[in-house]
Amino acid sequence: MFERQTNRPNIESVVGNAILMSAALIMLLPFFWMAMVSVTPQGEVYSGALFLTPSLQAAQDNYIFALSRAPLLRYMVNGAVVCISILILQILIAAPAGYALAKLPFRGRPLLMAGVIIGLMIPIQVPAIPLYIGLAYAGLLDSYTALILPFIISGFGIFLFRQFFATYPDEVLDAARLDGFSELAIVWRLMLPAAWPAVAAFAVFSVVAHWNDLYWPLIVILRPELMTPPLGLATFRQSGDSAGNIGALMAGGVMITAPLVVLFIFAQKHFIRGMTLSRGKNPLNSKGKSI
Amino acid sequence: MANSIAPTYRARLNATQSTESRRAGYFLSAPAAVLLIILILLPSSIVIFLSFTDYQLGLGETRFVGLDNYAATLASAEFHKSLINTFIYVAIVVPLSIALGLIFALMIEARRTFKSFYRTAFFLPVTATLVAMATAWEVLLHPTFGLINTVIALFGASKIRFLSDPDVALYAIAAIGVWKQIGFNMILFLAGLSTIPVELYESASLDGADRGWRRFLLVSWPMLGPVTLFVVVITLIRAFSDFEAVIVLTDGGPIRSTAVVLFLLYEEAFRYFKIGTGSAIAVLFLVFVALISWVQWRIAEKQVHYV
Repeated sequence: MFERQTNRPNIESVVGNAILMSAALIMLLPFFWMAMVSVTPQGEVYSGALFLTPSLQAAQDNYIFALSRAPLLRYMVNGAVVCISILILQILIAAPAGYALAKLPFRGRPLLMAGVIIGLMIPIQVPAIPLYIGLAYAGLLDSYTALILPFIISGFGIFLFRQFFATYPDEVLDAARLDGFSELAIVWRLMLPAAWPAVAAFAVFSVVAHWNDLYWPLIVILRPELMTPPLGLATFRQSGDSAGNIGALMAGGVMITAPLVVLFIFAQKHFIRGMTLSRGKNPLNSKGKSI
Repeated sequence: MANSIAPTYRARLNATQSTESRRAGYFLSAPAAVLLIILILLPSSIVIFLSFTDYQLGLGETRFVGLDNYAATLASAEFHKSLINTFIYVAIVVPLSIALGLIFALMIEARRTFKSFYRTAFFLPVTATLVAMATAWEVLLHPTFGLINTVIALFGASKIRFLSDPDVALYAIAAIGVWKQIGFNMILFLAGLSTIPVELYESASLDGADRGWRRFLLVSWPMLGPVTLFVVVITLIRAFSDFEAVIVLTDGGPIRSTAVVLFLLYEEAFRYFKIGTGSAIAVLFLVFVALISWVQWRIAEKQVHYV
């Protein structure tokens, strides 16, 4: 039986690998082509060549043109500021709430839990209009606040932390209390460090979502100096500034895509967990039994 | 588990601490509760309210108009067109990205080499910034010098104006949507496959279903039931919400051929500032999401739990 198996999979594995390899190359084609066009002379791209020959000169021209016509670095700094602020505030708010929901019996707990679950199912498009009106009346449109504020509460984060904290042994908590730990100290010094896989996955989930988001920045931001990378690139593409310079546009694309792609390649496990966390592996998916 | 501390001692501890821990409970959950209300629950209720009014940003007078916004939206040709576009988009993206995600997951699971390369390659589009990748697709699909048209021309066929031909544009946008979603579904299926106990495959092989299609039908597919339900639901919701590629590449055109429902919502609310109409579409979208989640929940409740 084992001999049969070693022989047979060989053909199977050659065919399987051939199919998967071609499919993988198709999936990677836009990345490869974007990078190639960004380092190829304009004329050659426009000739519709099947194989591009990159040149250092063209690379320099395209990247410098992109950086001089659009404040791409500024966009990336904005993206980083927004993502990091959102993530820190989300954790500051969600972790204590998750702990309270998991370990502290207080009246209104089931109600809060219900609110959290409803909150995590409502897509941003639903509260967007009133949030926009509210920000407009507060004079906060076109500001970092407008980019950050709507996302500092994450129903998903609270839910995730609650599920992780719930498995933490009560005896350790009691011991910590006897040692004079305050409840807040328990959250920061015991719970969060113990739940670091959840924190890492949540961080990836949050940063990827907000670095890549176009919808909300498009609505609330007009000033170029506040644009996030996707909004900046979309504006660069539409404006006359890219002047039909496809190489420069692709150079911009490479620059704003690179941070997450590089992070992904180095921290794949966390990435995959974080991205699919959204419901894939979380306890909601095991059919609400653990709620 | 609680036996490591003597029961009486534990009870005493609980008694002294119950008031204190209740107070701590309120204290620790208060910021989240307040923000949850201000930033999600209240605005979501207000949007329902706004959908029954003729509210205009910056104008004083606001009147109740009952169901007028809904009636006008549901009767408008614009909305019908966007609904049809959305259904075509969803009908392409959902089945294709799920089928391909499942097929690639099964194929990768069976491999012994290059597994992590495949996983990386298929998942990369999920993490990459769609706005940038959409512009990369635009270059690939360019009517005169795009690589895909160069290849098409090599085969002697005539070039296709993928994004500017109203008969083709929606399908091109959907292809990008499939490309983006395959890896996500593949990872979920891979996770599902990894939870299937080896013993099931062993007993299946005793019944003669030791590999291939029969093994898939007998073991993998039934065991993937819960994952599949989840994948269908999340892909449905994602496909309905997709419109970044539309905003970046076609702006709903040519001649409205790629204007999906959420693009229309964006236009009405944030370009023309027709808050009432925009709110009505947002509420319809909310109802849709709630409905799908409810159906998922009902099916999940009835599902047999194997593991």
